[in-house]
Amino acid sequence: MTKSNLTRRGMLKTGAVAGAGLAMPTIFTGASWAGSHTGFTNAPQGSTVTLGFNVPQSGPYADEGADELRAYELAVEHLNGGGDGGMIPTFSSKTLDGTGILGKKVEYVTGDTQTKSDAARASARSMIEKDGAIMITGGSSSGVAVAVQALCQEAGVIFMAGLTHSNDTTGKDRKANGFRHFFNSYMSGAALAPILADAYGTDRKAYHLTADYNWGYTTEQAVRESTEAMGWETVNTVLTPLTQTDFSSYIAPVLQSGADVLVLNHYGGNMVNSLTNAVQFGLREATANGKQFEIVVPLYSRLMARGAGENVKGIFGSTNWHWSLQDEGSQAFTRSFGTKYGFPPSQAAHTCYVQTLLYADAVNRAGSFNPCAVVEALEDFEFDGLGNGKTLYRGADHQCFKDVLVVKGKENPDGPYDLLEIVEVTPVEQVTYAPDHPNFGGAEASLGSCNPGA
Amino acid sequence: MLGLNKKDSTLLLIVAVLALLAPFILNPFPEGSSLAQFNAGYPDLMQRFVIFGIFAIGFNILFGLTGYLSFGHAAFLGVGSYAAIWMMKLLTLNVIPAIVMSIIVAGLFALVVGFVSLRRSGIYFSILTLAFAQMSYALAYSVLTPITGGETGLQLKATDRPLLSNLAEGEIGRASLFGVDMRTSFELAVGDWLWTFNMGYYIAAVVMLIAFYVSMRIFRSPFGMMLRAVKSNQQRMNYTGLNSKPYTLAAFVISGMYAGLAGGLMVAMDTQVGPERMFWTASGEVVLMTILGGAGTLIGPVLGAGLIKYMENIISKINSGILHEWFAFLPDGLEDALVFMVYPFIGKGWHLTLGIVFMLVVIFLPGGLVEGGQRIARLFRKKKADTPSDKDPEHHPKPTPHVAE
Repeated sequence: MTKSNLTRRGMLKTGAVAGAGLAMPTIFTGASWAGSHTGFTNAPQGSTVTLGFNVPQSGPYADEGADELRAYELAVEHLNGGGDGGMIPTFSSKTLDGTGILGKKVEYVTGDTQTKSDAARASARSMIEKDGAIMITGGSSSGVAVAVQALCQEAGVIFMAGLTHSNDTTGKDRKANGFRHFFNSYMSGAALAPILADAYGTDRKAYHLTADYNWGYTTEQAVRESTEAMGWETVNTVLTPLTQTDFSSYIAPVLQSGADVLVLNHYGGNMVNSLTNAVQFGLREATANGKQFEIVVPLYSRLMARGAGENVKGIFGSTNWHWSLQDEGSQAFTRSFGTKYGFPPSQAAHTCYVQTLLYADAVNRAGSFNPCAVVEALEDFEFDGLGNGKTLYRGADHQCFKDVLVVKGKENPDGPYDLLEIVEVTPVEQVTYAPDHPNFGGAEASLGSCNPGA
Repeated sequence: MLGLNKKDSTLLLIVAVLALLAPFILNPFPEGSSLAQFNAGYPDLMQRFVIFGIFAIGFNILFGLTGYLSFGHAAFLGVGSYAAIWMMKLLTLNVIPAIVMSIIVAGLFALVVGFVSLRRSGIYFSILTLAFAQMSYALAYSVLTPITGGETGLQLKATDRPLLSNLAEGEIGRASLFGVDMRTSFELAVGDWLWTFNMGYYIAAVVMLIAFYVSMRIFRSPFGMMLRAVKSNQQRMNYTGLNSKPYTLAAFVISGMYAGLAGGLMVAMDTQVGPERMFWTASGEVVLMTILGGAGTLIGPVLGAGLIKYMENIISKINSGILHEWFAFLPDGLEDALVFMVYPFIGKGWHLTLGIVFMLVVIFLPGGLVEGGQRIARLFRKKKADTPSDKDPEHHPKPTPHVAE
């Protein structure tokens, strides 16, 4: 019996090898996800470690999911020493050396979240129970992120969130085993407000159209509070159904309301449609209260900008990262992504790539795959060189704090990927908030304690 | 046995044995082999098989017997789930009160929806149920966010203090049956094989067997006969002076309670609810399951549920890397060509595969998978006896000639 090529399950078999056909039961009590006696769920055995990439491959965010998966494949390639290494050389922590994680080659399994929390959890559970994944990452909506994060907490594996922008993920639904690199609604509001005040003045009346679900509520609240703090007035806020495709009836009353700014708290297809409607209604050319009428979109993504086409020109919004950033890390990532796939990465791809690297590095620094050790290594970890400048993984809520980009639709884009231009980088101090901020669950919200599973 | 005839008792026994031995049957391939990809014997999927089996059995009581096609059954599943999770959040972590509550709440909701929808039949009934389900979904997604948690749904949290449990400070509750954790598993390894026996699965399987037995009794009862009469000719039934509404309403409520039971079990196995559970695609799925397996048959819906969940969870996880591994023994060009051909049908393409399977079944096996099984069985029987004994060999009825001929 050689021990050279043992897998997690292989370990369980060792006792039974001697007698052919003779059963030797291995009994585990309590939480069953503890698959081994090494003290935590899915402890990697043998020379490989399995990560679970759980992204939407079908449904409304399938495009983003596809881009996330590309980023993950690139990250695995770089971790295993392939390609040009991407951001590994620019990353301030130097434990990654192309030999996988802790010397174990990185393998991965993929699943389809369908942007449904049930499907996402089913897929994540199969990764944990069947494939022995030690870490789950991905997702392109907050509902899924919160659901899978709670599952990982129960199961005792680490969850590295993908694209999720709602406050709740690291707010009232924060979990000790879950980490978010992406920014959130509050940060969008805080970053946008000063830029809006500069560009449009402090004496403005805003009208909000908000997608009728959690993310819409938190985004509207964030933008409203931070703009009101600068002296803007909120004329009206209207909730729009998520399934709405024609926003004419919502846009028609805007001009008569006395407002001179329209804030579209919409994402994805919603935003594409509402912005297109607003432009068709001539809001861009209109004047109200003696001022030029303006439109603001708090969260931008490239896919949305592409969907809305011409209409995004000159419209302000915020984004987590953009490939046109000039720092070394962003350039390196854009280069290696572009070489492999032929076009620049999206912000979803960036956050997923960075999350994978951060996890791998945390394991290396902790010297163990044990989720509790990883949590300890990531908490209050400061790093640089991953595209957003100096970044802090705050221990109190497992949220990354970094500069936020304020962008606007480019007036003269060259090509289908060059749609946004960076207006300003809002420094991290301006978007930092207290961990017990009322928008983030208040004093009641707690991470709980890390769960290693076994 | 148990008031069943011999044939039904055998069927119940077979289902019981299959459910009991599912961990073996679903994990036929040794760990680490390239076919291990197709193993389905892990707790989550096994639980889903039986839970969606229950859902489909219940749906079949309505659709298979009365012919009323409800396009909103997922609403009852969702309502049951929300009821169950609130029981766990507020009262106790024991799954039994949660499941009982989910059945009651779903039954009451079905009573209301059924009372209104059953005023119409045919396509109008389908549309009415669909409207109710989409309404429930929209309410759960946004308007009722304080109760349903909106998009992010509900989970057990560290701040939840159920009345009848003694959780330590900051401990997150776990669903249990009198103190036994639903996730407790027992792993058995023989040679290269590994089988997992999961507590939650066996509880769900026992519930499924009870549900199956009850549905069998309904099928064979005078009440079931009445429902079949509704399907074959409701008008004639009305003309004979029988009011069929109480029967259809009862069938609707029973099938809603089955859906609630499935919803409650889902929460018991995995303590979270999201509104997508009520989306119309979820309602459509149970229709597919029933038709795929064989509407109006006893075992059909369970088979259909199994097939769809298998596709969703196993086929969708095959990615291009795994394909390359499979075909690695071929020359490079051929390997790429094969991967290129198979790729659209795996991973995100599992819907496509499912669609093709569904079309093939509907075209060639209108009675669903059950009909397929019967045909195979008949094939074997023919080989043995070689004479068609069940049909009169002398009698060849000709089809009625078409009017135009």
